[in-house]
Amino acid sequence: MKKNSSVVVDLLLLLLAITVLATPAFSDLVLSKVERRIDVTSQIARVTKTLKVVNSGSESVSEFTLTFPKFLGNNLAYLSVSHSEGKGKAKRSLANLSVKEAHPKGMPDSISFYSVSLPKPLSKGDTLTLEVVAAFTNVLQPFPEKITQRDIHLVMLQESAQYLSPYVVESQSLSIKLPNARIESYSKLENTKVQGSEIKYGPYKNLAQYSYAPIVVHFESKAAFAVAEKLVREIEVSHWGNVQVTEHYNLVHRGAQLKGEFSRLEYQDRPNPQGVSAFRHLLARLPPRAHSIYYRDDIGNISTSQMQSDSKKTELLIEPRFPLFGGWKTFFTIGYGLPLSDFLFASEGKRFLDISFGSPMIDLVTEKLIVQVVLPEGSKDISVTTPFAVKQSHEIKYSHLDIAGRPVVVLEKNNVVPDHNQKIQVYYKFSNINLLSEPLMLITGFFVLFITCIIYTRADFSISKSSAAYLAKLQWDEVLATLQEVQNIIQKCLAAHDKLEASLRDLSRTGDIQTCKAARKSTDSLLKDLSKELRPLLASLQSFPSASQISPKVEELVAKERELQEKLMAKHTTVVEGYEKKSSGRDIENRIASQQQKIIALRQEVDDLLEFIDEI
Amino acid sequence: MAANGSPKPEPMAAKKASPDLLNSSFSFKSLKLKTKQQELLLRVSILGLVYVLAFIARLFSVLRYESMIHEFDPYFNYRTTLFLTEKGFYEFWNWFDSESWYPLGRIIGGTLYPGLMVTAALIYWTLRFLRFFVHIREVCVLTAPFFASNTTLVAYFFGKEIWDTGAGLVAAALIAICPGYISRSVAGSYDNEAVAIFALLLTFYLFVKAVKTGSLSWALGSAFGYFYMVSAWGGYVFIINLVPLYVLVLLITGRYSMRLYVAYNCMYILGMLLAMQIRFVGFQHVQSGEHMAAMGVFLLMQVFYFLDWVKHQLNDTKLFQTFLRITVTSAILVGGIALGVGTASGYISPWTGRFYSLLDPTYAKDHIPIIASVSEHQPTAWSSFMFDYHILLFLFPAGLYFCFKRLSDATIFIVMYGLTSLYFAGVMVRLILVATPAVCLISAIAVSATVKNLTSLLRTKQKVPQTGSAKGVGSSKSSSKVTLDQSQPFHKNGAIALLVGVFYLLSRYAIHCTWVTSEAYSSPSIVLAARGAHGNRIIFDDYREAYYWLRQNTPTDAKVMSWWDYGYQITAMGNRTVIVDNNTWNNTHIATVGRAMSSYEDEAYDIMRSLDVNYVLVVFGGVTGYSSDDINKFLWMVRIGGGVYPVIKEPDYLVNGEFRVDKGASPKMLNCLMYKLCYYRFGELVTEYGKPTGYDRARGVEIGNKDIKLEHLEEAYTTSNWIVRIYRVKPPTNRL
Repeated sequence: MKKNSSVVVDLLLLLLAITVLATPAFSDLVLSKVERRIDVTSQIARVTKTLKVVNSGSESVSEFTLTFPKFLGNNLAYLSVSHSEGKGKAKRSLANLSVKEAHPKGMPDSISFYSVSLPKPLSKGDTLTLEVVAAFTNVLQPFPEKITQRDIHLVMLQESAQYLSPYVVESQSLSIKLPNARIESYSKLENTKVQGSEIKYGPYKNLAQYSYAPIVVHFESKAAFAVAEKLVREIEVSHWGNVQVTEHYNLVHRGAQLKGEFSRLEYQDRPNPQGVSAFRHLLARLPPRAHSIYYRDDIGNISTSQMQSDSKKTELLIEPRFPLFGGWKTFFTIGYGLPLSDFLFASEGKRFLDISFGSPMIDLVTEKLIVQVVLPEGSKDISVTTPFAVKQSHEIKYSHLDIAGRPVVVLEKNNVVPDHNQKIQVYYKFSNINLLSEPLMLITGFFVLFITCIIYTRADFSISKSSAAYLAKLQWDEVLATLQEVQNIIQKCLAAHDKLEASLRDLSRTGDIQTCKAARKSTDSLLKDLSKELRPLLASLQSFPSASQISPKVEELVAKERELQEKLMAKHTTVVEGYEKKSSGRDIENRIASQQQKIIALRQEVDDLLEFIDEI
Repeated sequence: MAANGSPKPEPMAAKKASPDLLNSSFSFKSLKLKTKQQELLLRVSILGLVYVLAFIARLFSVLRYESMIHEFDPYFNYRTTLFLTEKGFYEFWNWFDSESWYPLGRIIGGTLYPGLMVTAALIYWTLRFLRFFVHIREVCVLTAPFFASNTTLVAYFFGKEIWDTGAGLVAAALIAICPGYISRSVAGSYDNEAVAIFALLLTFYLFVKAVKTGSLSWALGSAFGYFYMVSAWGGYVFIINLVPLYVLVLLITGRYSMRLYVAYNCMYILGMLLAMQIRFVGFQHVQSGEHMAAMGVFLLMQVFYFLDWVKHQLNDTKLFQTFLRITVTSAILVGGIALGVGTASGYISPWTGRFYSLLDPTYAKDHIPIIASVSEHQPTAWSSFMFDYHILLFLFPAGLYFCFKRLSDATIFIVMYGLTSLYFAGVMVRLILVATPAVCLISAIAVSATVKNLTSLLRTKQKVPQTGSAKGVGSSKSSSKVTLDQSQPFHKNGAIALLVGVFYLLSRYAIHCTWVTSEAYSSPSIVLAARGAHGNRIIFDDYREAYYWLRQNTPTDAKVMSWWDYGYQITAMGNRTVIVDNNTWNNTHIATVGRAMSSYEDEAYDIMRSLDVNYVLVVFGGVTGYSSDDINKFLWMVRIGGGVYPVIKEPDYLVNGEFRVDKGASPKMLNCLMYKLCYYRFGELVTEYGKPTGYDRARGVEIGNKDIKLEHLEEAYTTSNWIVRIYRVKPPTNRL
């Protein structure tokens, strides 16, 4: 009620001020026809005016003044004036005109002034049609201010039936479009008509300057009074092909507050659910090709959202965790990725990001919007162009693998309505080389890691080089190395044996004694060399005290190998002799049978010993 | 392999087999030069795979749900970690939390084990330092899987220490997927146990290593491992009792050595001093009854050493015998007197209830209902052993057999660890976790030893046919070998069959573990999932709905009263002050809440006014059929409330010893606060087709009191599936 009474005081002041106004301070313009349409189907009051301006004075005029009562002017979120030429269907509207707030002297405080500079000075007798679009927030006052869950949501609109203007108005009319036909009350003046959900006032003829006829319309509104108290949009550009948008909403329902109980039973009652003043979901229209969409809050993912997408748009229907009644709040984050190629363009050696400024939510009022454009690390010469005035500042943000940090352009604007959803451009310079820095850093990191590992395994880090344990370890390493060599030699010997056997088999097939003998000769010399090599190794092995357990085994191995070698030689000699004497195959076989058996047994023993040594 | 044979001319068909075999064995031997490296490579890659497997097997919950913190306690840990990373270590250490236990508050820094939070914060800071700007929540969610992976490494080294590398590898693989361990270490299960099992196993491993080598450095390592364990979990009491017990057993069995002396003294003294740095533990090592065993064994070791020295000095055995008698009696006398005086004067605190309830499973049920009311403190059912261990349950005795066959200091330790922890696992469900590493290690010994025996059997056999064919030239002479071969097919086939059996069992184990992990242990329990009529997945996210409503739409200083189960979640997710929470340190306070819940509304109103309560939160499953709700927990509230306030009597809420909520329920039950809050306006709701209104699906009855009027409270919020209901406490009406 307090708010309402203050509005009433405002109105009184306004009326007082208007009566006080004496001289026409403004030029001799006359508004020959004014049509006003107020659309209050959503929470935003959208006023569209068509003004036909005639210069009835003698001097040409280049400025036009728009006025609003202060209580409206304070809530003005968006104002655009354009002028149109031609008539009827052929009418086309031309470029927007520049508008700025004016504070003419000697004018009462209860009126807000905006001066519009006309495209060309309006000379005597000329006419001009202006199209004015204005959006007001917070002008629909919930009344009563607190309702229970069962009540319907009523709001109140205050306006003037007559157009408040510093100029004489010859004819004006007003129509108010309401969301539905349920009208609680409205001010009845002359020429008031109600047609369904529309109320019409006027036309009123020949109104003096600053005419004012307050009206109040009290009606039902089912619109969602969703207001983002604060919205932070973070737009992060990655030159790897993605624009990541993250939006943090502090949402509140600014309609009539809920009083008393919230009953889930009544809220979910099927035939006639109660609690119509609450809203369950919000619709966001994201750009086409939006991907990896998420919707979460401080405590996790929110699973109640639906998405539809086609080539033109992506529609995301999000449902807060709980229905929002009047006065209830919530906070959530939505995020999505956009393809870089749709938003990043190049011009004159610079790149620019062309992306919409406001929130993608339908009919959302944002009280404080902060847009942070995060550019890649190493971007330079950053500049921003916006279609309307915003507060600008710069920050640095650190993200994965950043060293210098990423430059951030911060844009701030209060009282943002969907009409502000226009494109902004962020220009910057960026060299493609910088793209490679992060992968290179990773590669270097891993490289260093592996190098350290290699150094660690290769280098000797023991502190005391003379301690017994350390020396024993060194010695043991040497023993193992020697053992390895012994094994290698034995393996070579065995390989030589195999070769000898193979030569015997060849002999039995081809009968070529010479080749066999040659093989024998080469094997002999090879084996001799090997045994020569073996000797110092065995000696050194015996000298190690720590190898005392192993060396007998090794010696046994060497002895067995030698025995095997001898037996094999004997067998070879027997076979070759047999062939030279041209004995029969069976005869030779019989002769070597006993040797063969020994050889196999010896070979087995050697293998076992080798295996044993291998396991040390 | 046959590359060596190929350049030669085509051999005769009859002799073809033998040269090939010879050649192949030859080339195999030339490869054998690198066997050591090959084995190392194989071992490292198996370990690496096991490491990765242990990590990814725990990510089911992240895939099924999201990267979120689970259950109850982890929310507290998460909240404190958040505080630590935001405010720094000193602020954390001095944190007085006024958001819980209103109006008492809680000194967080002095009443928690900071190991987990500090670990997560260190990982977080390290990643930040390395320029990875991750969210602390992700770090917290993945801490448990990360430490589970590290545990597999420790298990490998432990297995290697007590048996051989094979057993180590098998142990690592077994523990990586063992459900008993996974149950507490899935992603999001950000609880003390997540790092504590790693610390526990590490301490044991280092201690065994120290005993084995007698090296001071290993003992020092184990002292630090113990310090980490103390900082992470109250279960450190298990270490400080098991280690002295082990030492005692070694003393008795005559395995006393200098190595043991060095290892235990270093570990105990340093570990004790380090543990005193944790504020929550403080001087308990010298003052509490639970830690006295360690001290006693420490003193005993000194006596033992002294006697050893005296025995060395004295040559006369008779003299020594008398000396021994005198020393032992006086030592026991002095120790007994010190203990008696300490206990009597109150310097040494007696055993706590939890400790008692471990030794005597029925103790908690009779004396401390607040411990008995927790489901994870119940005695373990046989089925859950089978569920959590599967084949390990019968591999465990087999492993014990192998351990006893090859007794050493290390195997004695693992046997004792296994047997004691298995006993505790039988007493309390949650202690299955502590027994899991031991069971895995012992089972790994069984598997590894069996497989090794079987394969060596197979390998010796393979050699005989090889030699047989190698002598193929003299084929008829193999009669002696044939007799040898006759017994072998049976052996060989048996070995093959057994091996196949082992692999079948192990693969069944792997399948079981995967199934259990995905079906039973990966649910965050804060989000409930159910299958709809068409097989689609339905998610009940009511808890978070309610907590978020509290967070957004209540005054920031609002006090919320609920049963203690939800305390941590309300403070962490709802960011509101609670009366009681899961840190059940003040039984009276909890009993007061229990009393309020079980009183009539006007009596409860006085209690709530005195506690400054603004909102009351209850959990109710009547609409969805969610059974772990407050009505089903109600009897515990009555019992705990009645334990302090005798005006609350359990029989008042029962009818013939039966707990019911339908028309036959007792009048006190039908009109107590909990009943009213749960069933307020429920009598008008149709929950199931074909059933009367007010049909409670969780209990399957029609409720007894359908016309509930609230006088001092009003419904503030109820979640979409009615699981959480929040009531506002009305201010008192003006007195005329």
